[in-house]
Amino acid sequence: MRNLFTTLLLFCACAAAAEQPAIAIRNAKIVPVSGPVIAKGTVVVRNGLIQDVGVNVAIPADAVVVEGEGMTVYPGLVDALSTWGMPGTAAAAGGRGGAAGSAAGRGATTPAAPAAPPARGPEDRPLTYSWIKAADEIQPGDKRIETARNAGFTTAAVWPTRGFFAGQGSLVDLVQTDKVGEMVLAPSLGQYISLTRTGGGFGGGFPSALMGMIAYVRQIYLDADHYRLVKDAYAKSPRGMQRPEYDRALEGVLESKMILLPANRWIEVDRMIHFAAELKRPAIYYGLREGFDDRSVKYLKAANATVLVSLRWPEAPRDPDPEAQDAYRQMVIREKAPSTPAVLKKNGIRFALYSDGLDAPRDLQRAVKKAIDNGLAREDALRALTLTPAEIYGVADRLGSIEKGKIGNLVVTKGDIFDDRTRVEFVVVDGNKYVPAPEVPAGRGGGAATAPSGPNGGNR
Amino acid sequence: MKRAILAGFLTLLPLGAEVTVIQNATIMSEGPKGTFKGAIVVTDGKITEVGEKVMVPPGATVIDAQGQYVIPGIIDCHSHIAVDGSVNEGSVSVSSMVNIRDVIDPEDIAIYRALAGGVTAANILHGSANAIGGQTLVLKMRWGQDAEGMIFQGATPGIKFALGENPKRAGSPAGGRGAPATNARYPATRMGVEDVIREAFNEAKAYKAEWDAYDAQVAKGEHPIPPRKDLKLEPLKEVLEGKRFVHAHCYRADEILMLIRVADDYGFKIKTFQHVLEGYKVAKEIAAHGAGGSTFSDWWSYKMEAYDAIPYNAAVMTKKGVISSLNSDDEELMRRLNTEAAKAMKYGGLTREEALALVTINPAKQLGVDNRVGSLEVGKDADIVIYDKDPLSNYSKVQKVWIDGNKYFDRDSDVSARPAKDLEKKKLADKEKAETPAPGARRPQ
Repeated sequence: MRNLFTTLLLFCACAAAAEQPAIAIRNAKIVPVSGPVIAKGTVVVRNGLIQDVGVNVAIPADAVVVEGEGMTVYPGLVDALSTWGMPGTAAAAGGRGGAAGSAAGRGATTPAAPAAPPARGPEDRPLTYSWIKAADEIQPGDKRIETARNAGFTTAAVWPTRGFFAGQGSLVDLVQTDKVGEMVLAPSLGQYISLTRTGGGFGGGFPSALMGMIAYVRQIYLDADHYRLVKDAYAKSPRGMQRPEYDRALEGVLESKMILLPANRWIEVDRMIHFAAELKRPAIYYGLREGFDDRSVKYLKAANATVLVSLRWPEAPRDPDPEAQDAYRQMVIREKAPSTPAVLKKNGIRFALYSDGLDAPRDLQRAVKKAIDNGLAREDALRALTLTPAEIYGVADRLGSIEKGKIGNLVVTKGDIFDDRTRVEFVVVDGNKYVPAPEVPAGRGGGAATAPSGPNGGNR
Repeated sequence: MKRAILAGFLTLLPLGAEVTVIQNATIMSEGPKGTFKGAIVVTDGKITEVGEKVMVPPGATVIDAQGQYVIPGIIDCHSHIAVDGSVNEGSVSVSSMVNIRDVIDPEDIAIYRALAGGVTAANILHGSANAIGGQTLVLKMRWGQDAEGMIFQGATPGIKFALGENPKRAGSPAGGRGAPATNARYPATRMGVEDVIREAFNEAKAYKAEWDAYDAQVAKGEHPIPPRKDLKLEPLKEVLEGKRFVHAHCYRADEILMLIRVADDYGFKIKTFQHVLEGYKVAKEIAAHGAGGSTFSDWWSYKMEAYDAIPYNAAVMTKKGVISSLNSDDEELMRRLNTEAAKAMKYGGLTREEALALVTINPAKQLGVDNRVGSLEVGKDADIVIYDKDPLSNYSKVQKVWIDGNKYFDRDSDVSARPAKDLEKKKLADKEKAETPAPGARRPQ
C-alpha cells in the first residue's frame, strides 16, 4: 500500500516522465545547435529526454523507429516572448495581436479593470498584476499552442502582457495536455512591464501619459525597496513596531528576478537602459524595431544588454490614402527593421526572436526568412530561436540544443527549417510526437494549419 | 616653413582648440556692449572675444558676415516640443511625480524647425491640466544628439503650476483640457485650485519635516528606517528648499495675486508667471515678489480668461520692473519669436535692445541661466544666430545657428541637401510600392 502510494506520488511529481516508448530517428541530418552538424546520425528520445545523439547510436529494441532519410532534426524552437495560451490574447480581427484585446478577456484571477474606479495615484496600483504568473493562467486548450507547435515551436516563454506590471512570465513546453503543470519548465521568469495603456479603456485614471507611466513604475520600485526594508525590520523585531501592510503588488515585483522593458525606437533603447540602471534591476529589452540603428547598437553594447526582437516587422499601413505619404523616417524603419537581428549579431549583442502575436506557421516562417534575407545567417536565426532564449532564461542546461540528457524537444523537417517550401514533418515535445495536419490551402484563414492533429506515436 | 610658423602660432592656443570668428557683422549683443559693427570669437564652445576689432587667431574658421546680423540664440521660456507622449498627465490634480526629463524626444522635428527660427534653448513644460503639474527642464536645441545631450546641464529644473480654467475644467464631468469626459476631478473652481495647491504644500511640509528628522538622526550616527520616498512630494520639497523653480500658468490678475499669497504663506518663490495676460494690471506686485512674466505678444480672446489681454503687456511689465519675456507655447510660433519681439516696439515703444531682450537675455534670467546664455558676452556659451537682415524685421531669415560653438543649422546646406533627400525618399517609396500587392489583392497576414 505504502509502495503504491510512493509510486503514485512519483507519478504525479514527474508527469512528463510517464512511461513512453522511445523514439529513434535514424539516418537524419542533425543540427544540434550546440555543436557541429551531424550529416547522418541518430537521435533517441526516451521518457521525455534525449537519451542519445550521434553517428553511431544503438537503437533501443523497443523504440519506435523513424526513418530520417532526407529529414533534418533541429532542437525544438523556443518563442522568447509569447502570449500563446494566455486567455484573451489571441489576435482579434484587425487587431495587432498580443497586446490588443479587452481587459474583460483576462482570466478570473485578474481584477476586471472596468469595475475599478479610476486610479488617483500610484497608491491605487493601477493596472498592476505583478503577482500573477503566466503558469497559473495558461489555458492548455488554446488553439494557438497547437498552431505554434505545427510551426516547430516546442517551448514558449509565455508572459502576461496587460497592464503596467502585467505579471510574471513562465517557460512552458507546448505539450498537448489538460494539466498546465505538465507544461511548466519555470514558473517565474521575471516581470513584464509595459508603458502603454492596454485594457481599462481611455480615461482610466492615473497614469494617462507616458511620463506618468514611467513615474508610476519608478514609484513602485521605490515602494518595493522600502517595503522590503520595513518587512525585514519587522521580521527581526516585531515588538513595539507597527506591522507593515501586506501589498501584493509589491510582493509580485519583489519576487521577479528581472524585468522586461519595452524599447522599440533607439530613443527608447537609450531611455530604458537608463531606467533599468536607475531601478537597479536586471533587465531585458523587448521590441527593438530600431535595433538596426547605430545608436541602438551603441547603447546596447555599452550596457552589455540582452534583447528580444519582435518578428512582427513593421509594415506599411493597409489600404492607405493614396495621396498620403509616410514620413521618410517611417519608411526607413520599415525598410531596415528586418535587418536588426543581423546588425545585433554583427555587433555581438545577445538577442532572441519572439512571435509578438504571430502564430500561423507560414507567418512565423516568413518572418524569420525576412531576417535571413536581410543578412542574418541561418544558424544564427536558429540559435536565436533555440539555445539563446534558453540561455537568456537560465535553462540552457536542459533546453535549446540536441544534447544527451536535455529535454526531448525536437522539430523534424524536410528541407531547411526556415525555407518557404519546407514542411514540418513532426515535432517532439517532452518525448511526445506530434504530426501537423496538412495545411489549409492558402486563400482561406491565412495559411494556419488548424485541423486537429492529435499526438501520434505518444501514449497520451 | 609656412607650416612651421603656423605650428608656432598654434601652440599659443590651448591644445586642440577650435576657433571660429564671425566678422563684419552687425552684432546685437544684448550685453553691455550693445549693438555695434564688429566680430565675435568663439573658442571651444565659449565666446572669448566680442568687439569692433578682434584678433583673428591663425587656424581659426573665419565667417564673413558682411551685411548680416548676429544675435544671441533665442530662448523660448514656454514650449512643449520634444516630448514623447502627452504633455499632460491630466488624470490627477497634482501630477508633480512626472518629469519631462523621462520623455525627451530628441527626434521631434520641431527641434530642428525651432533651430531654423533661431531658437537655441527652450523651457520644456508639462501641460496645464493640473493645479500642480509635472517637472520641467531646459533643453538646448542640439538637433542630432540623444536625450541626455539635449539637456541644458546646470540649468535649475522647474515645475509647472496652472491656475484658472485649464486645471478647473480638466476636472469637469463634460471633459476638459487633458482629461477625458466622465471622470469628474477636483477642483472645479478657482477656489479649489488654490486649495489643491495649499493642500499639496501642507503635505510637502510634513514630508520635508519627516525627512529632515531622518537626516538629523543619520547625522547623529543612528540607523533609522528611512521614510518612504514619495515622487509626488519630492519636487515640492525641492520648491520649499529653493532648488526647483515654479513656472505658473496663469491669466487673471486675481489668480496671480492668489498664488503670490500662497507662495508667501509657504515660504517659496514663483520664478515665472507664464502667459500672465493680465500681468499689466498687477505688474508692481509681480515685480515685488521677484517673479518674471513670460507672455504672448498679441494673442488674445481665445478663451474667456484671455479677454483682457493687451498687446502692451510685455512693455508695461518691463517698464514696471518685471523681467519679461515672450514665449511661443507652440511649435509654429516658436519659429518666429524674433518678430514677436519686434511687436513690442510698435506696442509699448520698447527700444530695439529691449525688444530683442524679450526673447534672449530676459528668458535667460527667468530660467536662471543668464550667466551662461542670453547675450553675446565673453565667457558665455557660444549660442549664436546669424540673420541675413535685421532680426526685428519679418523679412529676415536665419542663416546659421551655433550652440556651444557647434553649428546645428546652416540654411545653405539645408537647402542644397534637399534634392538628395527627396530622391532617397522617392527611392524608398518606389521600392515599397513595388513590393506592395495591388489594391484588393490578398495580403499575407
